[in-house]
Amino acid sequence: MTTRDTDDRIILAHGGGGELTNRLLRERIVPKLANPLLDPLNDSAVLERPGARVCMTTDAYVVQPIEFPGGDIGRLAVCGTVNDLAVMGARPLALSLALILEEGLPMSGLDRIMDSIAAAAAEANVPVATGDTKTVERREGDGVMIATAGIGEMREGARMDASRIEPGDVVLINGCIADHGLAVMSAREHLAFETELRTDAAPLNGLIAVVLDTGADVKFMRDPTRGGVAGVLTDLTEATGLTVEVDEAAIPISRTALHTAEMLGLDPLSVANEGKVVMAVSANDAERVLAACRGQKYGKDAAVIGRFTDVAPPLAELITRAGGRRIVTRPYGEELPRIC
Amino acid sequence: MDRAAIRRMVDELGAILSTRDGIRIMEVCGTHTVSLFRSGIKSMLPSSLKLISGPGCPVCVTSQGYLDAACELAARPDVTICTYGDMVRVPGRHGSLADRRGGGAEVIVVYSARDALKYAEDHPDRNTAFLAIGFETTTPATAATILAAKAKGLENFFILPAHKLVIPAMKALVSGGDVPLDGFLCPGHVSVVIGADAYRPIAEKFGKPCVVAGFEPRQMLEGILGIARQLAEGRSQVDNVYGVAVTREGNPLARDLMDKVFIAADAVWRAMGTIPMSGLDLRPEYKCFDAFDHFGVEQGPDVSPDGCLCGEVIQGKSEPADCALFGVACSPLSPVGPCMVSSEGACAAWYKYHRKA
Repeated sequence: MTTRDTDDRIILAHGGGGELTNRLLRERIVPKLANPLLDPLNDSAVLERPGARVCMTTDAYVVQPIEFPGGDIGRLAVCGTVNDLAVMGARPLALSLALILEEGLPMSGLDRIMDSIAAAAAEANVPVATGDTKTVERREGDGVMIATAGIGEMREGARMDASRIEPGDVVLINGCIADHGLAVMSAREHLAFETELRTDAAPLNGLIAVVLDTGADVKFMRDPTRGGVAGVLTDLTEATGLTVEVDEAAIPISRTALHTAEMLGLDPLSVANEGKVVMAVSANDAERVLAACRGQKYGKDAAVIGRFTDVAPPLAELITRAGGRRIVTRPYGEELPRIC
Repeated sequence: MDRAAIRRMVDELGAILSTRDGIRIMEVCGTHTVSLFRSGIKSMLPSSLKLISGPGCPVCVTSQGYLDAACELAARPDVTICTYGDMVRVPGRHGSLADRRGGGAEVIVVYSARDALKYAEDHPDRNTAFLAIGFETTTPATAATILAAKAKGLENFFILPAHKLVIPAMKALVSGGDVPLDGFLCPGHVSVVIGADAYRPIAEKFGKPCVVAGFEPRQMLEGILGIARQLAEGRSQVDNVYGVAVTREGNPLARDLMDKVFIAADAVWRAMGTIPMSGLDLRPEYKCFDAFDHFGVEQGPDVSPDGCLCGEVIQGKSEPADCALFGVACSPLSPVGPCMVSSEGACAAWYKYHRKA
């Protein structure tokens, strides 16, 4: 082994717990995430939160490729975890970060992902309080897998509970759908196509805090990641026993995303997002929530896209752009581009 | 989108239908089937206008015997199967390619024949077999890939050929006479290659109006309305509302490629039996790329799963909901037949967009 090897690329020994591991952490990982919770590098971080209702989540990230237009697996990991806390009505307090690195990963690639994690954590104003790094033998993957956990403190009065949703309540979304899934697809080796689409991955805790600060009665929020908006709408009909009627023409989507999905034979409603939140809100509060969203960086294109009714049987029903109707269902798995 | 213009077309259709017993139009292409549902156009049509899904989903028309041959090939330790994703979950007589993959077989999803060729180049120690299915849309790409493989002198790249031709299947349907049909909404992508004039025998000899349409909601509706107008006026001709992409003569370059590598031959379609000159075999000079020949596998009998009506569905003899398995024993999670697997399959589209319970 030459010094050059250990400086250029991840090797198995970087996960061995010895001097190489120590150097990797101190030189390339910890400095970028520096904060009082992490800096002691103890086995656990200690958070003082007497009397708080604590919210906890965990997530794993195995996206391929690890870098794609507008983002990478690092930004995804931070945003995804922060958003899972925020949509529950929690203020994110701290994240954990476990990196699983394949041998052969260029150090420059690791550096870019660490920069991206640091930037997203700073943007979300959430410290990475603890972490772990392991190495695995070279596989077919791109080199990095990430597992996170997040802890948040429930906001006073936040009651995200789909069973509170009633006929007449409305469904809102904070902006354009389908950008993330299509951007990632555009970068896949076997499908590469040129597009101006970029991931929408963004931490939404700021936007959600502003919405909840209005005092509006937000009854339920979920981020439409895998499974897309279609998945969340299906969840909502199942959880409430109500029909949700959605106006396709009201759903924000860029022309590029619309046509790209069409070209690939994909339903934009089933495509993943990483910076979107679907909210169920009392109709009286809709305007307030819309205004709050539109004042935020990640909510400029917010729109009311549908409403709940007691029409039986309970379905997610779409009024299409053409003016027809169809149902919306959770996709089976990842939808594949069509053959011809 | 101009909802008012769409409404006017639907109203005109209603007016035409009010003067007739009903109209039965076959949409030949699986992408039309899906788009008609997804756009909601299907829900807006007069109830006496029946849209019938035809044999236009590549995976759905592929015979069970072909799939079994692919599974047999996948079981060989020296072979990697490269396939379009929709084929992986179609159940064969002894399981699916997904089952084989679970058992250790190399089955790789690709988006084009060219990707399969690249896989073969990157893995010279393995044999790569590409499942070459689809109509005139995918065939030119397969042909170009065969030519590239020949030029590169690759000896570890093969295809399992099952490409099919649309026009002979349409002729078989109308001359069979057991599926009452009044006209055809002709596939957009296939027509880019074969050209609108290819449908003239269907319109002129068999008296079935044909309109070539793309996949925009408005255009599909224009196509349907065009067929209804022809019927109302007693005409039968080929119209083309997809002129932006489809010419009368099609794409001669793509057809030359097909013609150079493939030659028309009889082919087995799922549940439809052998249709004369409806498939494509490799020409003798490219036979060395034929995985059937090279590995000595044979296309088994076309035996449909018990109770499965996919074969009837692709001929317009049944609707998905007519099948006792639909939504009960057969769903996208546990499909019995190919029409529930493929994203272009009629059963999958009905299940996804139309199921009410």
